[in-house]
Amino acid sequence: MNERYSRQQLFAPIGEEGQKKIAKKHVLVIGAGALGTGNAEALVRAGVGKITIVDRDYVEWSNLQRQQLYSEADAKERIPKAIAAKRRLEEVNSDVAIDAIVGDVTAQELEELIRERKPDLLIDATDNFDTRMIINDAAYKYHIPWIYGACVGSYGISYAFIPGKTPCFHCLLETVPTGGLTCDTAGIISPAVQMVVAYQVAEALKILVEDWSSLRNKLVSFDLWKNQHAAIRVDQVKKDDCPTCGAHPSYPYLSYDQQTKTAVLCGRNSVQIRPAGQRNYDLQELAELFAKQGLRVDANPYLVSVSLGEQRLVVFQDGRALIHGTKDIQEAKTIYYRYLG
Amino acid sequence: MELVINGESIQVPNEVKTVSDLLAHFQLNKKIAIVEVNLTIIPKQQYETTTLCNGDKVEIVHFVGGG
Ligand SMILES: [Zn+2]
Repeated sequence: MNERYSRQQLFAPIGEEGQKKIAKKHVLVIGAGALGTGNAEALVRAGVGKITIVDRDYVEWSNLQRQQLYSEADAKERIPKAIAAKRRLEEVNSDVAIDAIVGDVTAQELEELIRERKPDLLIDATDNFDTRMIINDAAYKYHIPWIYGACVGSYGISYAFIPGKTPCFHCLLETVPTGGLTCDTAGIISPAVQMVVAYQVAEALKILVEDWSSLRNKLVSFDLWKNQHAAIRVDQVKKDDCPTCGAHPSYPYLSYDQQTKTAVLCGRNSVQIRPAGQRNYDLQELAELFAKQGLRVDANPYLVSVSLGEQRLVVFQDGRALIHGTKDIQEAKTIYYRYLG
Repeated sequence: MELVINGESIQVPNEVKTVSDLLAHFQLNKKIAIVEVNLTIIPKQQYETTTLCNGDKVEIVHFVGGG
């Protein structure tokens, strides 16, 4: 018996048998922000066999208050979150195989990831509803549990979706929120993050040790500042005609068209642009090209950052870009096409 | 009227008569929420017609996107 997990194995519902099961499991963590880093660290410490962590962003100073895997050096060097997370997680537990993917999670990419890597569990640590609808469709299509978690201000919410057992996210939401609801700008305090992480990881451990009867089965929410707690059994909202979990599913969010996609990022005064089709930039070449135009350029092996007065353009190797300093999609597109064609 | 909302006894103003009023009172009417009254989930189409009584146990969970 490995001393490292002794306390967890002494916990009867896990035990030695449970620990063996945990060590064989693969968890896909989608997002490496506050919830992603919290979930990933807990699961890695718990001795999960493998973790794949996907994130499209890089570390900034405003992340350090709550994103527990990152350091000042990561922010200074603008290290992609997936890479910085992997480095720290490998220090925490070298027994765990950790795979980092720098990129956006689209329907196509998520389906590929699931088919190729066959994760046992999906952890939602994203910051928007669009990606969650994709995760929901993919999870039900491939029969993989997924655990929703979200937080804003001092408020948080979580639910574990089990295909074949529970209603799906689609059933719960009925209509998909757009705009306003995604971009809450109320800030966030770290205990709200940690509380959601605790709810997610607890359900994750139950799923990993296959203790299905212990699942909470309730949608929970809390407000740590207003001192409130709510829990609702939502089984009754499952809809037979649901396009994701109903009798004849069509998984609508997996068949999104492959166009150039833009998104205004929550509370960040930034726009993300993902070009149609695959691009493959030589970042060093790109940096030199910008420098020749007299622009102020910073680069690392994962991205190139260009100062454009009020705005800053950050380009990743696959052509995805973040335009900081604007919430205007048209303005962002203009900048993108001006510098990247 | 006194309601038990998310486990806490809360006095709500007399204007609050329905689930819809209650959500507006808490400024949750523009959010997507799930509302349970005395252990029954109220469908959204019935928010305006579902009246609340003194002592009702109400659970409200609203969805957020941040993470
Ligand atoms: Zn459904």
